[in-house]
Amino acid sequence: MSKIINASSKEIDSIDNSNSPVGNDSDLAVSNTVSLTVSNLNLFYDTKQALNSINMTIPKKMVTAFIGPSGCGKSTLLRCFNRMNDLIDGVRIEGSIFLHDEDIYARDVDVANLRRRIGMVFQKPNPFPKSIYENVAYGLRIQRVNNRRTLDRAVERSLRAAALWDEVKDRLQESALSLSGGQQQRLVIARAIAIEPEVLLLDEPASALDPISTLKIEELIYELKRDYTIVIVTHNMQQATRVSDFAAFMYLGNLIEFDDTKKIFTNPAQKQTEDYITGRYG
Amino acid sequence: MKSIESINKWVGSGSPWVWLSAGMVSLNLVMVFGLLFLISVRGLGHFWPAAIESVELREKDGSTTSLLGNFVEDEIVSAARVRGTGSTVPEDMEFVRRYLIKVGNRDVSGADFVWVNETDITSREIPLDSFMAERDEWGNFYGNLISVKLDGEIIASGATAWGAMQDGIARKTQIRRQIKGIEKDQIGKINYAMERLRLRTKRLELDGVEAGARIDKIAAERLSLEKRYEALNGSLSELYKELGRYSITAATVAGQQVELPVSKIVRAIHPNQMSMFEKIRYYFAKMWEFVSEDPREANTEGGVFPAIFGTVLLVMLMSVFVTPFGVIAAVYLREYAHQGLLTRTIRIAVNNLAGVPSIVYGVFGLGFFVYFLGGNIDQLFFPESLPAPTFGTPGILWSALTLAILTVPVVIVSTEEGLTRIPRAIREGSLALGATKAETLWRTVLPMATPAMMTGLILSIARAAGEVAPLMMVGVVKLAPSLPMDGNFPFLHVDRKFMHLGFHIYDVGFQSPNVEAARPLVYATAFLLVVLIVALNIAAIRIRNRLRESYKAGDG
Repeated sequence: MSKIINASSKEIDSIDNSNSPVGNDSDLAVSNTVSLTVSNLNLFYDTKQALNSINMTIPKKMVTAFIGPSGCGKSTLLRCFNRMNDLIDGVRIEGSIFLHDEDIYARDVDVANLRRRIGMVFQKPNPFPKSIYENVAYGLRIQRVNNRRTLDRAVERSLRAAALWDEVKDRLQESALSLSGGQQQRLVIARAIAIEPEVLLLDEPASALDPISTLKIEELIYELKRDYTIVIVTHNMQQATRVSDFAAFMYLGNLIEFDDTKKIFTNPAQKQTEDYITGRYG
Repeated sequence: MKSIESINKWVGSGSPWVWLSAGMVSLNLVMVFGLLFLISVRGLGHFWPAAIESVELREKDGSTTSLLGNFVEDEIVSAARVRGTGSTVPEDMEFVRRYLIKVGNRDVSGADFVWVNETDITSREIPLDSFMAERDEWGNFYGNLISVKLDGEIIASGATAWGAMQDGIARKTQIRRQIKGIEKDQIGKINYAMERLRLRTKRLELDGVEAGARIDKIAAERLSLEKRYEALNGSLSELYKELGRYSITAATVAGQQVELPVSKIVRAIHPNQMSMFEKIRYYFAKMWEFVSEDPREANTEGGVFPAIFGTVLLVMLMSVFVTPFGVIAAVYLREYAHQGLLTRTIRIAVNNLAGVPSIVYGVFGLGFFVYFLGGNIDQLFFPESLPAPTFGTPGILWSALTLAILTVPVVIVSTEEGLTRIPRAIREGSLALGATKAETLWRTVLPMATPAMMTGLILSIARAAGEVAPLMMVGVVKLAPSLPMDGNFPFLHVDRKFMHLGFHIYDVGFQSPNVEAARPLVYATAFLLVVLIVALNIAAIRIRNRLRESYKAGDG
C-alpha cells in the first residue's frame, strides 16, 4: 500500500508545490490546479474487491491516462468519478472522491447535477436515435433550456469544439445514426461538452474506431484539454504517450504507479510498470 | 443393413426436420387460406344475382306443382331418409340428390325455403319475365309483374309496367331518405333535448327547487321543442301519405294475384334479363348495402354497418385504455421494482392472466365495472335518471375496459421485452449527461421502446377484435337502436350498448328465426370481421414500422 501513496505524492510534487493530498481527509490540499482527488477508495462487487485503496489527484486542465491490462479496474475507477457504478447492482464503495473540495460520495450530493459537471464518453459511440441537433441539445434540454437561439448557439459551439461542425452543419436534422462511427464518437463528445462540464471522462474513446478516426479523436483531446480536465482510459500505449500529460498504471485493482507520462514510459519507478509497457504481460 | 445405414445417414443430415417443419408450415398455410377461401366464396357469393328458375314437381298424388326461386344449395341424402318423409323414390336408388330452393313469398306460402328431391322434378327452366323483389318485410317476392297502380288506378301494365315500377321504387327510395333524415336526425335531436330537459327538471326537483326562473325556462324550451316536433310530424305524415301511393300487382307462380305496396319494396330485379354489366353493378350495390346500411328483418337482410362501427370503436377505445395501463405497469415492473421474488411472482401472475377464459373476464366486468363502478357513478352523477341506469348497465365503455384487462398482459409482456432490449449504453449516455432516471426513461428509453409497445398493441387488437364471449355480458346487443357516436353532445356516448361483428355472427347464425336466409350472411360477416382485423393490424403494423425506422437503436 505504501508504494501507492508514494507514487501519488511524488507525482503531485511534480506538478505543484502544494502539500500532497494523501491518506486522510484533513490534509487535503485544495489547489486551483487539482481537479479531482481520490482518497482511500475501495470498491467491491458484492464480496469481490475490484479497487484497493486508491489514492490519487487528477490535475486540472491536463490529460490523465489510465493504463493497464484488461480487468485491472481502470474503467471501474473512471466510472467512480461520475458515480456511474451506482447503476450496477451489488457495488459498494468506501472512501471518497473530491471534486475540488466537495465529496461526490457525500449523502446530500445530487447525482444528476454531479454528472453535469463530470461528463463521460463511452467506449462505443452511443448517440441517441434522434437528430444530430437533438443529440447535442439533449443535455441542455434536460436542464430545461428550450430557447431556440441558446440551443442553436450551444449546438454550433459544441460541434465546432468537437471538430464536427463542418461535416454536419448542413444536415443537423438528420438522424445521428446516419453518421460514421468516428463521427458518432465526436458527436457524443460534442454532446458531453455542450453542457460545459468541468471534467471529461473518456472510456477508451477510440477503441472501436479506425486509425483515421482515432487520430481525429486524439487531436480533439489535445484541443479540449485547454478547457477541460480530461481523464482517459486507454488500452493503447502509443495513444497514452501521444495524448496524456500524466499516466496511471493500474494492475489487479491497485494503482501501481502514477506520474508524468514521459517518466512512466521512459523511466518507470516500478518493475511491474516496466514489464507492462515493454509488453512482457498484459 | 445398408438401408438402415442410409436412413440413419439421412436422419443425421437433418433433412427430415427440414421436411417436417416445411410440412407443418404448408399445413398451416393451407388451413388459413382454405378457411379464408371458404368464407370469402360463401360470403361474397351471396350478393350475386342468381338466376330465377321455375321448377315443376310431381306430387305424390300425381298432380304437379310449380315453384319459382333461386337454387341455393344441394346435397346428397340416403333414399331411406327421403322415403321416411313420405316421398316416393325408385326402389333401385340408394341416394337422392336434393336441392334447397329459395322461393320467397313468405307472406303467401309461409316458408322462404323448400327442399326438393331431384326425383320429383319433372322440368326446370329459366323464365325471362319473372322478377324478384326485395322487401322491407316478409323476405323476397318471386313472381311475374302484372300492373302498377297509382292511388289505386292502374297506370301501367304489360311491357311498360316494369319501368313504371322502377320509377315508383326510385321515388320511394327518395322519400324514405327524407323520412329517415327527419326521424333520425331532427326528431332524434328533439327527443334527445327533451330527455335532457326532463332530467334537468328531475335534478331541480331532487335539489328541492319547485318553481322559479329556471323551471320557467325549461318549460319555455320544452314548448318550443314541442312546436318544432309538431311541424316535423306534419311533414312526416305528408311524406308517409306520398309513400303509400304506388302499388304493384303481381302473380305468384301458382297464379295467385298479390298486391304489393311499393313503399315496402327495396329493389326489384329480373336477373334472367340482366346483362353481365348490370349483374356486376347489382353485386357491388348489394355489397355496399351490406357494409353501409342498418340490418333489416331480424338481422337476416340489409347491412351490418352498426356492427362494423361498434367493433372498430370498441377496439379503439380498448387501445386507448390498454396502452397507458400496460406500459406504466411494464415500466414499473422492469425499471423501478426491485427484481426479487415478489416481482417475479407478479410477472408470472401477469403472464398467466392471458390464460384465464375470457368469459371469466366478462363476469368480472359485469360485476365490477357494470354493477359496482357503473352503479356508483349513477348514484353520484346521474341520480336524476334513476331508476333507469346510465352507466350501471352494460355499455361500450365497460366492454372496452373489460377487453383492456383481458389484453393488458400482452402489452405488459411485450413492453417489458422492449425495455430490456434498449442498450445499456443508451441509458448510460443519457444518465451521464445529467438526466435523472425518470428523464432518461421519458426522453430516451420509452420512445425507443414504442415499437415494442406497438407490437403488444397489435397482438391485443388481434385478440380483442375477435373476442365475443365477455362482450355478451358487458354491452353487446343484437340490435342497437343508435350508434355510440352521433351529432348530439357529447358526440361519443360510451354508456350506450353497441353491435359487434363477432356477436353478429353468433346471433345471425344461431339465434336467427330464418336460418337458411341468414347462413350466407354469417359467412359474409365472418369474412368482413377477418378483413377488419387484418386492416386494423396492418394499420398498427405500419405505425410500428415507421416508429422502428425513427427509433432504430444504434448498435455501433
